Amino acid sequence: MGKKILLKHDHVSGIQGYEVYRKMGGYTSVERALKNMTPNEVTEEVKKSGLRGRGGAGFPTGLKWSFMAKPKGVKRYLVCNADESEPGTFKDRYLMSRIPHLLIEGMIASSYALGANTAYIYIRGEFFYIARILENAINEAYANGWLGKNILDSNYSLDLFVHTGAGAYICGEETALLESLEGKRGNPRIKPPFPAVKGAWDCPTVVNNVETIAAVVPIINDGGEAYSKVGIGKSTGTKLISASGHINKPGVYEIEMGITVEDFIYSDEYCGGILNGKKLKAVVAGGSSVPILPADLILKTANGKPRLMSYESLADGGFTTGTMLGSGGFIVMDETTSIVKNLWNFTRFYHHESCGQCSPCREGTAWMEKVLHKILDGQGSLTDIDLLWEIQRKIEGNTICPLGEAAAWPVASAIRHFKSEFEEYVKNPSSINDVKHYFEVNKLEMA
Amino acid sequence: MTETKEIKFNEETLELVQRIIKRYPEGKQKSALLPLLHLAQAEFDGWLSAPTMDYVASLLNILPIEVYEVASFYSMYNLKPVGKCVIEVCRTSSCWLMGAEDIIKYLENKLSIKAGETTEDGMFSIKTVECLGSCGTAPMMMCGSQFHEKLSFEKVDNILDKLKSDDKRKTYFDAVVVEDY
Ligand SMILES: Cc1cc2nc3c(=O)[nH]c(=O)nc-3n(C[C@H](O)[C@H](O)[C@H](O)COP(=O)(O)O)c2cc1C
Ligand code: FES
Repeated sequence: MGKKILLKHDHVSGIQGYEVYRKMGGYTSVERALKNMTPNEVTEEVKKSGLRGRGGAGFPTGLKWSFMAKPKGVKRYLVCNADESEPGTFKDRYLMSRIPHLLIEGMIASSYALGANTAYIYIRGEFFYIARILENAINEAYANGWLGKNILDSNYSLDLFVHTGAGAYICGEETALLESLEGKRGNPRIKPPFPAVKGAWDCPTVVNNVETIAAVVPIINDGGEAYSKVGIGKSTGTKLISASGHINKPGVYEIEMGITVEDFIYSDEYCGGILNGKKLKAVVAGGSSVPILPADLILKTANGKPRLMSYESLADGGFTTGTMLGSGGFIVMDETTSIVKNLWNFTRFYHHESCGQCSPCREGTAWMEKVLHKILDGQGSLTDIDLLWEIQRKIEGNTICPLGEAAAWPVASAIRHFKSEFEEYVKNPSSINDVKHYFEVNKLEMA
Repeated sequence: MTETKEIKFNEETLELVQRIIKRYPEGKQKSALLPLLHLAQAEFDGWLSAPTMDYVASLLNILPIEVYEVASFYSMYNLKPVGKCVIEVCRTSSCWLMGAEDIIKYLENKLSIKAGETTEDGMFSIKTVECLGSCGTAPMMMCGSQFHEKLSFEKVDNILDKLKSDDKRKTYFDAVVVEDY
């Protein structure tokens, strides 16, 4: 069995409730922090742990916390990003619904470190039932003195609220999330100023992913150094991977960073191999936004080393032959998958979810979707492939928020690694209908 | 299809509204807009009519336009009347790989409507949505707050039958706190 830190107790019966959670050692990190540590000492432990943001970007959490501005007399906030909307990602949902108190405990310890007396969990609206689970857990935490005024007689007070979104991928982007928290459309803000200086209601704010905040609990309990010894290199600790697509055992797996991709896909402990004994064609390793890699490049780096599940190894080769760990949304595609159709699906998604502020993203995503549709309709030409390449290049780097890149990278990587499939569709449109899907062949329909 | 009802929350809900507003800093009551729109949609026939949105604006002391621009941004708010059971089917990546297109077609055939439409008896609407964080149990759809996962045509049949015999409006607030996976 691999190392488990966050999901150590996920199968204990009753772990959703306060009593069992507490019996399994829950809330000791809050005791430790509030009784024996200063807020700065908590931040130092997080720095020592090497923990990196689990929301997608992998930014060092301790460092981010140290950027929090502390002007006198101004409130500070911690906001947990529970928007979980990156296609292929469902780990936060699992964590929150199985062990809600782990998130609450992490929120308290983290808020203490940041000097926040009010904190929010921004959860995507579709997770209404999880919002209920969290609210129950929060009530239990209040009732047992872990939230509210003067927690454990430490003079530290904290109020924690759940805020539900209403369906918008872009609200996972931290500044759009803050706009949404303020009751507005989810249009990302121009950075700088960063949220740590000017965040929610113009006050200094830290936004962290659910898994990041949960990881603060073991870091305080066992020390940052112990956490940093798990994993490999700068990819310390464990990572929750959401595995989906054509595999035998889809689900959420906690892995120690550094196991091989091959082991993750084929071993029975994790994905259990490809569905129906088929061959692996491609993997999108970190949520829909990261570059897609063909089987050979996901299993081995370009220079022949086994590819590992870590930030560095997945990124080995840059965008030419590598990808990113991203949110850990691991989407597996078997040999029957049409990369072009899949790309059309992703591009349609980004077009739908573009907030519309920046023209390169708003127009570019729509245009790419149209071109892909044209190709899939059997009307494509070779110049359309070049056109797709040009459009994605002009989106990348030219938008306020990284949704632009998120839309561009899948297109770039699909063309880079699977150009012959595009060409085949263009030269020989009848091959498009040969594309078999899981159930049956379906002709593409567009509104 | 839409019963005419006075657009006003009852006392209990109004108290809840006040509690929600208090979650945010003083003077920032607009922050309560998203939660309040959810409440209003559940209360007033599953969609947000202009009078409903105006009512929410009045509760928060903001301009109606501030409500319209938000309601039109987020996909969970319905801006036209919908059926009692809105079937929200995921059409994104992993669900698509696992046959979401077929599920959508099956629903459309079975209910004789297209995605985005409502059956004549006002019972069902089909809405296609983007990844709902259920990719490991794809394909999936949601109705009210309930996730229906690992769908097959048979499973869809059973779910629709059950919804039909329940004959109740499903809202996001139906959430029961049990996790079944
Ligand atoms: C388009 C877009 C969508 C995002 N969606 C999410 C999300 O659903 N959940 C999340 O935690 N971070 C998401 N992020 C990343 C956040 O902007 C932010 O980096 C993250 O919440 C920071 O937390 P971390 O440092 O703990 O990872 C998204 C970013 C972009 C650009
Ligand atoms: S792709 Fe359908 S729930 Fe994620």
